Amino acid sequence: MRAMVYRGPYKVRVEEKDMPVIEHPNDAIVRVTRAAICGSDLHLYHGMMPDTRVGMTFGHEFIGVVEEVGPSVQNLSRGDRVMVPFNVYCGSCYFCARGLYSNCHNVNPNATAVGGIYGYSHTCGGYDGGQAEFVRVPFADVGPSVIPDWMDEEDALLLTDALATGYFGAQLGDIAEGDTVVVFGAGPVGLFSAKSAWLMGAGRVIVIDHLDYRLEKARIFANAETYNFAEYHDIVVHLKRITDFLGADVVIDAVGAEADGNFTQQLTATKLKLQGGSPTALNWAIDSARKGGTVSVVGAYGPIFSAVKFGDAFNKGLTLRMNQCPVKRQWPRLFEHIQNGYLKPSDIVTHRIPLEHIAEGYHIFSAKLDDCIKTVIVPSAA
Amino acid sequence: MTYTADKPPHTETREELQRRIPGWGADLDPRDRPSVPRERHDTGATGAHWDFPERQEEKRPRERSVEHRTLTPVFGTVAPTHGLSGVIRRYAYRKYSEARAAHWLLLVAADRVDAVESHLRSFATTRPDNPITETGVLSEFTRHGISSRFGRKRADLNHIWIDPIVVAGPWLLAGGVLYSAVRAVTKRRS
Ligand SMILES: NC(=O)c1ccc[n+]([C@@H]2O[C@H](COP(=O)([O-])OP(=O)(O)OC[C@H]3O[C@@H](n4cnc5c(N)ncnc54)[C@H](O)[C@@H]3O)[C@@H](O)[C@H]2O)c1
Ligand SMILES: [Zn+2]
Ligand SMILES: [Zn+2]
Repeated sequence: MRAMVYRGPYKVRVEEKDMPVIEHPNDAIVRVTRAAICGSDLHLYHGMMPDTRVGMTFGHEFIGVVEEVGPSVQNLSRGDRVMVPFNVYCGSCYFCARGLYSNCHNVNPNATAVGGIYGYSHTCGGYDGGQAEFVRVPFADVGPSVIPDWMDEEDALLLTDALATGYFGAQLGDIAEGDTVVVFGAGPVGLFSAKSAWLMGAGRVIVIDHLDYRLEKARIFANAETYNFAEYHDIVVHLKRITDFLGADVVIDAVGAEADGNFTQQLTATKLKLQGGSPTALNWAIDSARKGGTVSVVGAYGPIFSAVKFGDAFNKGLTLRMNQCPVKRQWPRLFEHIQNGYLKPSDIVTHRIPLEHIAEGYHIFSAKLDDCIKTVIVPSAA
Repeated sequence: MTYTADKPPHTETREELQRRIPGWGADLDPRDRPSVPRERHDTGATGAHWDFPERQEEKRPRERSVEHRTLTPVFGTVAPTHGLSGVIRRYAYRKYSEARAAHWLLLVAADRVDAVESHLRSFATTRPDNPITETGVLSEFTRHGISSRFGRKRADLNHIWIDPIVVAGPWLLAGGVLYSAVRAVTKRRS
């Protein structure tokens, strides 16, 4: 089969790869019909995530058709159109039993501090991902769902990560009616967080980025007030000013490990890999929240230490909440919101690229060329 | 406000928000949100029909965190450890817990070694690594590389010049190793 393969930092190519096989009785093999590139893939692509091996296929956002099922699979059969959450999880361990699907203890031998994720390095279990024609899906009775007939394909694709994560980020903020919510990052996750903040009753939603075309999307798609941090000497002070020097009740970090805005943080984190991530946006979040407020972190950071302004969070009495998103827990409610017309996730898709051209797809998304927001990958056999 | 007890007021009322934003307040009740409470006991709701999953066969020794009692019942099998990078990776797993910086820094170092090893190995195949096609850099010409970057207020322009060095690093390193190997051999001959 054809599959995207990692060749080292900033380098990927499409190769002929062995077909995945059933390795466990509850596995399924899925023929991928659409995949996407996520901001998280960039952390792998840039070589920041420890134990990212040459030869791995990335891709944790995908939908497809069930090609084959293992002997113990009960809920799926060949030919089913399925959407697959980015989490690999067993459904039965201590953590899964409590709804913490992204923190499963039975799927990742490489680390106890991380759950399982498709195509996301050995630190997340060493599973191949869905930027390929076929993919192995463990625990087929637990993760995947059949795509409802009424649902648009690309909406289903975005539900496997970006939308669920953005919505989860707003929930972690514990937003109360009338709260002022600041979202750092106007990528797919940030756009969906901003949109979701309104559903939870926010009184004001402010989005910060340095890419004007994304801020424009935040205004149109997410009805947000926006500021380009590159236009301000100090974005934290600006946020204080526009909140009557109180700060925001809730701040969501939807940027993560590759945050811009501070050269030293960029250099040590994304270039030299000496930090788990550049915490510039996280530090701004901590400093622009009001005392007693909440910082929700859905931007991803690696397992190496990062230079976070912990003392400010401490002295301000902030609540810090964060996690990888337990995707399937969000689905029933998000299905309702899509059906009611409150959310139209596929509105953020800007690029559709054939699998064979995935190297360009990565470069465009990574370098933020061509006003790219979300890239969908179309496999040759789709 | 702020220096007194009241919260600074918003300019928009509830009704105005409802009118302007489709779905405003649909999830207003903080207790009625999908991830609330954080831990919710829901065995049976996940689709799992086992207490503990059957074990996937361990066809080759699988490295694992020392913070796990045993190998997990299910695991990924892509890209098994090999070569010098494999030696470093297995050592990092065997020797250091996830709590130790050495664990992660060794794994990051192994990633760099893996890239160099793989590039060198690719030269002995019919498909050597090609930095031009694999970086997708030609899209700079077809996807507005210049106008996407310049004349805009982008904050990343101060560090993107480092990227080519990150990309070319392993190549220069591999070239250097090859060069000194050849030098050493020719010197011994002369
Ligand atoms: N928690 C989860 O389960 C989960 C799931 C998906 C993605 N993520 C993470 O969410 C983050 C965002 O993902 P995405 O797909 O939207 O990525 P993206 O790269 O498209 O978006 C990131 C945005 O942040 C902006 N940015 C950079 N520095 C900034 C700063 N200092 N302040 C404000 N904005 C800044 C960038 O310009 C970009 O628009 C990534 O770190 C990704 O790994 C987490
Ligand atoms: Zn993702
Ligand atoms: Zn589990």
